[in-house]
Amino acid sequence: MIEFVGLVVSYHGAARNAVDGVSFVAPRGQLTALAGPNGSGKSSIVRALLRRADVIGGAVTIDGRDVNTLSYAELARDVAVVPQREEAAFPARVREYVALGRYPHLGLWRAPADDDRRAVDQALAQAGVDDLAERDTDALSGGEWQRVRIARALAQRTPALVLDEPTTFLDVAHEMAIFELLSSLARSGLAVLLVSHQLNLVARFADTIVLLDEGKVATSGAPAEVMQADRLESIYRWPVVITRDPAIGAPALVPLRRPLNL
Amino acid sequence: MTRFRGWYWLALVAVLIGIAMVAVARGAVSVSLGAVIDALRGAGDPTAIAIVRDLRLPRVILGALVGAGLGASGAALQGSLRNPLAEPYLLGVSGGAAVGAVIVFALGITGDAAVTLGAFVGGIAAVFLALAVSRVGGRGARGDMRTLLIAGVIVGAFANAAIMVALASAEPNTVRGALWWMMGSAADATWRRVGWLAVSLLLAGGALVYWAREIDVLSLGDDTAASLGVDSERSGRRVFLLAALLAAATVSAAGLIGFIGLVVPHIARRLGLRAHRPLIIAAALVGATLVVAADLAARTVAAPTELPLGAITALLGVPFFLVQLRRTA
Repeated sequence: MIEFVGLVVSYHGAARNAVDGVSFVAPRGQLTALAGPNGSGKSSIVRALLRRADVIGGAVTIDGRDVNTLSYAELARDVAVVPQREEAAFPARVREYVALGRYPHLGLWRAPADDDRRAVDQALAQAGVDDLAERDTDALSGGEWQRVRIARALAQRTPALVLDEPTTFLDVAHEMAIFELLSSLARSGLAVLLVSHQLNLVARFADTIVLLDEGKVATSGAPAEVMQADRLESIYRWPVVITRDPAIGAPALVPLRRPLNL
Repeated sequence: MTRFRGWYWLALVAVLIGIAMVAVARGAVSVSLGAVIDALRGAGDPTAIAIVRDLRLPRVILGALVGAGLGASGAALQGSLRNPLAEPYLLGVSGGAAVGAVIVFALGITGDAAVTLGAFVGGIAAVFLALAVSRVGGRGARGDMRTLLIAGVIVGAFANAAIMVALASAEPNTVRGALWWMMGSAADATWRRVGWLAVSLLLAGGALVYWAREIDVLSLGDDTAASLGVDSERSGRRVFLLAALLAAATVSAAGLIGFIGLVVPHIARRLGLRAHRPLIIAAALVGATLVVAADLAARTVAAPTELPLGAITALLGVPFFLVQLRRTA
């Protein structure tokens, strides 16, 4: 379980706090989605979890332990993160890349044991990229690369998984495949926290949506509670209507053509 | 991507030893390979023994160590900075070392140890200056490896300007000495210098090999490194310092030898290596081979005139780089 308690993140010289007193829980066995407009503080929350943001108040805990009391390696054994961006300068073979997920368990010198190799094989299979294992990372399509990155995080074998916009640049099928994968990972008992702009997909897959606005939690709860036209209009500053998706009846957002003030 | 095979290690070592043997045998007075082996054992013609043991061997080993240091340093830097164009001299080390050496020349001190020490102190001072400059950016820029790289370039540019100012008013002899040193040369090899360089190389290079897995993780970017349990700020700075130490030691031993630190890691990667522990070791072997070969060429191509070693490595490095560019394009 990942818990954020009154988290405040501030960047040097910024007019307001990037994250301003955010509290919510990403429990095990659930897919928790973090959404909100650009600049609402989503990525800062992920960076605070990684201890890479200037946290000036509140705390991030994992299964009750403050991340600041953990070593970097302990943190990496508790939660795996797929950051938004990753610019690898040099390609590697997919299997070797995924095996880097074992680093928090191996450290500088321990040689990979059977257990480590099994973790890598399972991660490749879970993410559906086992057929790519011998390919080079620079020969992958965007969708394959995202799944390979998720496989690397799965190889960490952590009880919690955090992903920052893993479906950016992906087409419909690849996007759906990733959401299905995350949903099944949550059902298998992981605490999955997903940062996403795809409100309609999030509404179909997530157990809970936390909607941020200007660094604060604007609203949170089950998709049906959060997906209200008036709330979304005031948060995104754009006119919308909420309909039902014809497949499973989940709330779906349709943005209208004209902004409110014109 | 080619797959690295175990026997490549044997091949790398064999090529290095082969070229080193030829380099010991060839020169103003050529010695047969058999005589070289005899001389190494202390048998045969006393003149051959003197040439092999006191002149050629220290020079060849110094060249090999310089190449190994630059190759290892470059491999570690390109990985941790995630930049295929990163190389040891970009850190300001070369400029700083040159300033240190030129100051010693300008003071009229000619002792071998003084120049070496001056260059080493200058190189290390430049690195710490670069670290300080990178902190000027404040908290936002703290620990950002790109800022560190830019800081190194700035310090290097400043050092070059300082050298020009110092040389503008220097004696012709000082200018010649400083210039020869800046072009790089293994000609002044002594066993003491070889020993000193070997110790620095074992310490700094060994430390890079020890922390190599951290470089694997660092090469994925700061956020991903943090998610895998590596404090990118701390370990990035450690790699930076160790790589700079290696470069400073090589520069103080043989002056500026360009392109090795840039090109060699690419050759090692072409062999199919990605993990930085084998990559750093392979880059050291390839670097050693290239510098020994280049030094052999510097001594023999236009004999009896000796060409500057740094110029030879750059002359070889540029076409190599163009070929690389063509292949990737």
